[in-house]
Amino acid sequence: MEYLSLFVKSIFVDNMIFSYFLGMCSYLAVSKNVKTANGLGIAVIFVLLCTLPLNYLLDTYVLKPGALGWLGESFADVDLSFLSFIIFIAVIAAFTQLVEMIVEKFLPALYSSLGIYLPLIAVNCAILGGSLFMQQRDFGGVGESAVYALGSGIGWYLAIVALAAIREKMTYSNVPAPLKGLGVTFITVGLMGIAFMAFMGISL
Amino acid sequence: MDAKIKETILNPIFKGNPISVLVLGICSALAVTVELKGACVMALSVIAVTALSSLVVSLIRKTIPNRVRIIVQLVVVAMMVILVDQFLKGFAYEVDKQLSVYIGLIITNCIVMGRIEAFALGNKPWPSFLDGLANGAGYGLILIVVAFFRELFGSGTLFGFQVLPAGYVGNGLVILPPMALILLGCVVWVQRSIQKDLQEK
Repeated sequence: MEYLSLFVKSIFVDNMIFSYFLGMCSYLAVSKNVKTANGLGIAVIFVLLCTLPLNYLLDTYVLKPGALGWLGESFADVDLSFLSFIIFIAVIAAFTQLVEMIVEKFLPALYSSLGIYLPLIAVNCAILGGSLFMQQRDFGGVGESAVYALGSGIGWYLAIVALAAIREKMTYSNVPAPLKGLGVTFITVGLMGIAFMAFMGISL
Repeated sequence: MDAKIKETILNPIFKGNPISVLVLGICSALAVTVELKGACVMALSVIAVTALSSLVVSLIRKTIPNRVRIIVQLVVVAMMVILVDQFLKGFAYEVDKQLSVYIGLIITNCIVMGRIEAFALGNKPWPSFLDGLANGAGYGLILIVVAFFRELFGSGTLFGFQVLPAGYVGNGLVILPPMALILLGCVVWVQRSIQKDLQEK
């Protein structure tokens, strides 16, 4: 039940795009049509789901103040938390590289449709943001952080597919010239954000 | 100062602004603009990180193997961000708390990586440093404009001082996240009405 609540909350209430603006760069750049948006969204869910629990383990057993206690008494008061940025980003970059190689080897069809977006994920703020939120909110275990990763990934996926669909339709409408492209996209995302605020305060 | 350096500095601030023209680094730009104070600190942090990491990458650009360059760049950037974060924790703890994860997210701010890839890898250290500085400043400019309107209309204050008459009731919508996007859309609108060559077809 707790997991379900966290799951729903991370999809709708704490949506990565609409309430934290994470992963905005690729969100705006890759949302011109639904097909590529779909591919990038799935890749983001996958990478989030894999890196977040991994970073959780690293945080709990290596980085937190006193986390190295399992090595012995003399390590009990070591605090490596200032290293967390560099460790998290290294895990994410290494992992995206790994995923890219695996997908290229075993699923060439998926690779050719995702190809260019996979390496971009390493610098997608949503992924690093997920890990930093995980650290900040003190999740209770690997399960909880995996559920959070899945939920926020799905939230990001929904947001990008929805925006891509709206932008596909919008090519037929008559937008004032200075607003065309970027400007109107910003305003659309803002309006979608207001719509998503209807979910605020929901808890299961 | 010769014309090329002048161009390097002025271009990113107006004509090639990283946020409103190149669409880089939006993530953090929107989240920290509720108050001017946070926006200023964020702008300064990003300026420091882009300038210093461009400088460092440019210094070692001939020794970085091409295949692993992304990871090397990330490590350099992460190092700079850690320095900034520790500095803020030491001297401006309150602001650091308020900016929470967004300081850490400077690592994945596309402006930093974008400038390293596009400029620092192929240029000498001094121009790269200036380029990083100017791009950070262009980012900061938009941040401060958006934060100015959000704080002014959202709570009637600027830098925490009451500006609008005391009876002013804050506009709650402006404080909420979606409004940052709409305001940014308006900034783009204004800029593109003035510079017609930026309009998209």
